[in-house]
Order: sequence, then structure tokens, then C-alpha cells
Amino acid sequence: MADAAVKAAEAGAGGAARAAGARAAAGHRARRAARRVWVYALLWLGIVIMVMPFLWMVTTSLKSPIEILTFPPTWIPTGQFVRGADGEWREVYVASRDGRAGTAVVRPAEGGPAMTVPLDELHNRVRFRFGNYAAAWRQAPFARYYLNTVFVVLCTLAGQLVTSCLAAYAFARMRFPGRDAVFLLFLSMMMVPEPVYLVPSYIILAKFGWIDTYQAMIVPWLAYIFSIFLLRQHFKTIPNDLYDAAIIDGCSRFAFLWRIVLPLSKATLAAVSIFTVVSTWNSFLWPLVMTNTPSVRPLQVGLARFAQEQGTNHELMMAAAVFSIAPLVVAYFMAQKQIIQSLATSGIKG
Amino acid sequence: MDWLTELRRKRFMDPATAVLYLVPAAAIIAVFRLAPIASAFLVSFFDVRMGRLRGFIGLAHYTRLFQDPVFWSSLGTTAYYVIGVVPLSLFLALFAAVLLNQRIRALGFYRTVYFLPVVTSLVAVSVVWKWIFHPRLGLLNYVITLSGGRALQWLEEPRGVFDMIAGAAGWTWWPGWLAGPSLALVAVVIVSVWRGIGYNIVIFLAGLQNIPDQYYEAARIDGASPRQMFWRITWPLLSPTTFYVLLSTTIVSFQVFTQIYLMTGPPIGGPMGTTKVTVYYLFEKGFDAGGNMGYASAVALVLFAIILSLTLLQRRVVEQRVHY
Repeated sequence: MADAAVKAAEAGAGGAARAAGARAAAGHRARRAARRVWVYALLWLGIVIMVMPFLWMVTTSLKSPIEILTFPPTWIPTGQFVRGADGEWREVYVASRDGRAGTAVVRPAEGGPAMTVPLDELHNRVRFRFGNYAAAWRQAPFARYYLNTVFVVLCTLAGQLVTSCLAAYAFARMRFPGRDAVFLLFLSMMMVPEPVYLVPSYIILAKFGWIDTYQAMIVPWLAYIFSIFLLRQHFKTIPNDLYDAAIIDGCSRFAFLWRIVLPLSKATLAAVSIFTVVSTWNSFLWPLVMTNTPSVRPLQVGLARFAQEQGTNHELMMAAAVFSIAPLVVAYFMAQKQIIQSLATSGIKG
Repeated sequence: MDWLTELRRKRFMDPATAVLYLVPAAAIIAVFRLAPIASAFLVSFFDVRMGRLRGFIGLAHYTRLFQDPVFWSSLGTTAYYVIGVVPLSLFLALFAAVLLNQRIRALGFYRTVYFLPVVTSLVAVSVVWKWIFHPRLGLLNYVITLSGGRALQWLEEPRGVFDMIAGAAGWTWWPGWLAGPSLALVAVVIVSVWRGIGYNIVIFLAGLQNIPDQYYEAARIDGASPRQMFWRITWPLLSPTTFYVLLSTTIVSFQVFTQIYLMTGPPIGGPMGTTKVTVYYLFEKGFDAGGNMGYASAVALVLFAIILSLTLLQRRVVEQRVHY
């Protein structure tokens, strides 16, 4: 910042040069400040673009079907209210307005006969329709979808942790013929994109009679090559001395894995668990193909089906979208650092 | 310490035990990865309908595939999509990461918000964006008309964007082959960039933070301008990261499915088939219309060949320029 001033002061001796230098420094500082303003303005533009769809989703989910059809759209869900004789606000639906007479025909929201009220007694008040959530939840077996997803996620996670730890331990610490070749084969399979093995997997699962079962969503994902890879890399960093000491103390192979290696690998295990949970929770193409009845259908497929069936009930679709992302979003805000780190290392984009 | 070596060997060099530890993972991978990948080739040579093998037909699927105009147009659509998403996501993510790398206060806040869409399911994201793009009631058209623009049809617009731009510029004639991707596909591109950019920002930011400060200090003393510092220091030292982002975004983009499945149509792949990408075509052939799985498998393998060769090509080309 003061570089320019120093240079100017060196170049020319005397007060004039020093004053010029100070002016240059002030100009430099002003430019820097302007730059900072630009940087923050752009970053905030980014925030607005990233957040807007979420706000729009939530606000839509709290509107009435009529309010959704109003253009320009409202940001805060509102309803029409009339104040009764007892001073209580009562929500009404406006059936028609008569501008010349200055009256409107309204029906009370809780039922009852239509009535005519003066327009100036009709008030707009904030009204969040949380009932949309209950309605969406009831219109499709979302409780079932939720349970299915939670069950599939938990089984996949548990199974994957067991198989990955064992395999990674073998790859990292044991010696057997063909170890590196097998490991390389595993790694090369990681490069094959899911659509390539989708069709043959379907045929294999159909042979097992597993189409439209939980197994079809769980068993093929019980071993995840990237988890094995990540755990192996970590296991390799555990010093040999620890192994030697444990062996001398008569520790068995499995006890060593269980009591020494795993407690030292908590961070890696957490990272592996996070990306397994996130990718299983959000997976779509696989369960879309492998399931066809609501009894085993997971949440994402259920939400997709619901959105396609609803057509124009946008408030219900948005409510369903909100409750289907809620668990992960809440978890994300509680542990964003670990989640970002885990997903960034895994290369899984969601 | 010979006895220790001996003990170590006994404990850890016993192939039988190793196999025991490896079996659960290896069995799953063999049955559900290795076998399907290997049989993807086999399946593509057979007549398979609804999961039932009906007979060997050799290369018939492939010869039909290469004469299938829908397949070719799906490849073209996918190419448009990839060419749209990859540079846009790369450039915007790098730009955001450079902004974030300037001693920003509350850096974690920005990173958390930018990354949020990555955690949300693509299904929910697609459902929400379809509503934002709604031609009559959507938020986007409202914002556009508010700022004086003309409302667009977005996901329902089959016209090519270059054609539309030429039309808006007053040109009455524009060659059909230069029409470009439909506005509907561009809308899908926008959603995909929005969804994935946080991931790329985080990767770029990590790459930027790995560049030692001394380089910048030295350059500053030598009187380098910010632009010079970016092109002479940041860009070359960031190239491994850029390469990774380029590669991973390309591979993911070629497999686009969910956004198309949920945002376009009905019928899916619309309007006028301008958003029918290859993976959706594969799905439609293999699981939707009659379940011609042999044909779908052939589609999958051609797609895989393209992804693989592009990956290798990118690796080749970029490796000469990447500075590790």
C-alpha cells in the first residue's frame, strides 16, 4: 500500500515529492477500497442467486393455490381477512369484487354462508399455510418413502463401513499374491459411469428376483470402491511401530483393526460415512429403475412421481421438496465443514 | 529382531486371512460391478427384452444405432449440454474462488451458501427450478419483466438460442444448422451450473490456498499488476486443480439425466425432442418403451467410449500444459 509513496519519496527529495507520494498513496487506498466494495457486491450477488430458489421454494410452499396464480408474485404469503364483531380476525376467500359499489362477496375460510363486506374492511395479512405440508404428506405415502430411504441409507452405510474397513485393512497391511493387481482392477472400475452398468445390473437383479425389493437398492452398494481406497490410504499412514508393539503384546489381527486402527481413523470414517449417506439419500436413477411400487420406493423417486402427478399444485410440490431435503440441509448447517470436506474429497457431486 | 519379522509375517503375510478380509467387498464388487461391466458388452450383442435374453444377434444393435437419427441427435444435444455447462461452471467457479481468496471476512459463510445446492437432491432442485422457469407464473420471468425485458418460454421453448438472438437483433434469416441448443436446454444448463458450482468453487479455493504467498509478495515487490499476477502465478500454479475440475465436470455432465427427466416435457426430452440427451435415450429404450435392453446397452457403451476417449484426450492435451 505504501510502496508507491516510498518509491516516490526516494525518487525525488523535498516536500513536493513527498506530498505527491502521499497523494498517490491516498489514491491507491481509494482504489483498493473501491475494489473491496466490488468484491463484496459480487459475492453478495452470488449469495442472492444461490439462496433465491430456496426462499422461493419455501415461500411457495406456504401459499394458497389462489395466491400462486397471482402475478406479480408475492414474497410473503398473505391471506384476506375480515375483522369480526368480537375483534377476531377471520380468514375469507374473495369470491368476487364489485369496485363500483366498493364491496366484495367473501366466503369464510372455516365454512359458512357467503357474505358481502365493504372493500375497506377486507385486510391483507401474513398467512403461512403450514397445512400444505400436511396435505402433501397425506396425498402420497411420504411416510413410507421416508422410512424406505432411511432404511436403505442405514443398511448401506453399515454394510459399506464393514466391507470397506476389512478390504482396506487387507490392502493396506497384509501381503498376498496379486494384491496390487486386484487393487488396480478395483480402481479402474471406479472410472466406469453408472449408466454403463445400469442395464446389466438390472438383468442380474432380475435373475435374483430382486427387482422392486430393498436388496436391489442396498446390496449392489454394499461395497464402494472409493471408500476402500480412501480408508486404505489412511491405514497406510499408521506407523509400523504401532503394529509391532501390538503384535508383541499379543494383539490379534482383528483386535488390532478394531481397537487401534479404527479409533485412529475417525476422521476418515466420518468422511466416508458422510458421502455414503448423502449419495445414497440423493440417488435417483438407480432406484427409479430398480423399483416400481410405493412399498419400497425411496423418497427421491417418490418426490419425482409426486411432482409429475401433481401438475399444477405447486404449493404441494414445493412443500414435498422442502421436507425431502430438510434432513440433509439441517445436517449440513450443523456440520458444514466436515460435509464440504467429505464431498470435496470424494468427488461426488451430491 | 528376527523373531519380530517372523511374527509380523505370521500375522500379516498370511494369504488365507487376507482373502477372508477381502471376501465381503470383493464378492459384492465382482457380482455387481465387474460382472455387469463385463456383460454390458455381451448384452449389447444380444436381443434382450424386459430382462430376458432372446438370442444372439451380433453387431445388429450397433449397425442400427449408427443409423438411428434419434441417437445422433441425442449425442448432439448432450454435446451442447456439456459445452454449455463445463466452461460456464469452470469460469464462474474460478472467478468466485479468486474473489473469495482475497482475505474475505466470514469466508465460511459464503462457502457454506455456495455449496448448499450440492447437498440438496437433484430431484428437489429440478422440481423447484421448473417452477421458477414457469412461463406465466415463474419467478424468473417476473424478474425479467421487472427489469424491462421480455418474458421467455424457457423450458417450453424449442427454438435455438442463436436463432432467437439473431431474431431479436432483427435478422430475418438465420441458417438452421446454426440455430444452437434450444432455450429449454439452456435452462437445464443454467440449473446444472447453479447446482454444481459450489463444488467447483470449493476445489478451486483449496487450490488457490495452496499457492504460497511468497510468490505474490515477490511479484508485488517487482511491481506486477494484479492481472499479471493472475496469469503468471495463479493460472499456471492452479493448473492441476483446473484440470481436475475440467475432467470431473465433463464426466458428470455427459451423464446428465435427472434434470432432463424432471424438468422437461411432457413428453420428457421435449419441447420437440430438443432436450433428449443420451442417458435419457438409454433409459427410454431400456426401461420405458418395450425394454429393449440390448439396444440400451449398446447406447451406454458408445457413451462410455466417448467419455473415456475424451478423458484420455483431455489428459493428453492438458498434461503438456499442466504444471505440477
